[in-house]
Amino acid sequence: MSKIKPRVKVPRKAKAGEAVTIKTLISHSMESGQRKDKKTGDLIPRKIINKFVAFYNGETVFSADLEPAVAANPYIQFSVKLSEPGTMRFEWTDDDGSTYDVEKKIKVA
Amino acid sequence: MEMTRRDLFALAAGLAAVGLINVPADASTDELQAAIEKFAGGTPKTGGVEITAPEIAENGNTVPIEVDAPGAASILVLAAGNPRPGVATFHFSKMSAESRGATRIRLAKTQEVVAVAKMADGSTTMARREIKVTIGGCGG
Repeated sequence: MSKIKPRVKVPRKAKAGEAVTIKTLISHSMESGQRKDKKTGDLIPRKIINKFVAFYNGETVFSADLEPAVAANPYIQFSVKLSEPGTMRFEWTDDDGSTYDVEKKIKVA
Repeated sequence: MEMTRRDLFALAAGLAAVGLINVPADASTDELQAAIEKFAGGTPKTGGVEITAPEIAENGNTVPIEVDAPGAASILVLAAGNPRPGVATFHFSKMSAESRGATRIRLAKTQEVVAVAKMADGSTTMARREIKVTIGGCGG
C-alpha cells in the first residue's frame, strides 16, 4: 500500500474570535471491505481511517467518525475560532490501530 | 368459497405482515431507520440542518458534501441507498466557529443523503437530499 500521508491547510495567523477554516487530507485508500480481488475472487478486507480528531492546545476542537462510505484520500474540512496562540494537532486513526499526526502552530492576536 | 384476486392479495399482505412470506423489503430502509434511531433516540424533526451537495455527482466514488446545523453538537451523515447507511459523524466543540463539516463520500447509486443534527440538549433534527449519481462508487 502506498504511503499514508496527512496534509493540512491551516493559516499561520488568525484573529482572536474570528472563524478560521481548516482543511485536511490524508492519502489512504479507504479499503471498504466490499471489493473483490480480481484474481482470487476473495473479498479485500476493510482497512480505513475510522477516526479524525483535531486538538488545540490539547483540547479536542473537532472530531469525525468515518465509515467505509467516506471516499479514498479522505478530505475533512471544519472551522474553529481561537482565542489564544497555540498548536493545533491533527490525528487520524487507522482500523489497524496506527495513528498519523501533524502539528501546526497558529499565531492568534 | 371462491377466492377472488382481491382476497388473494389481502391474504398475501396478511401473511407478509406476520412475516410468513418474503416481501422484498429494502433492507437498507430498516438499517437506515435503525441508524437514525440509534443516534437520535427517536424521530428527528425535519429542518435545522442543511446539506450542500451537487445535484448530479459524476463520480460516485467521490461526492463532496457539506453539512451545517447551527448550534449542533454533532451531525450524523447517512446514505440511504448504499449497502450500509453509515457515512460519518462530525462532533463539534465550543471552539467550533460553526457546526459545519465537509468531506467527500462514496455513493453506490442515485439516492438520498440524510443528515441528523443533535443539539447539546439531545434534541435532533434531520434533512434529506437526493443526489443523482451517474457512475456508482462502492468499489464493486
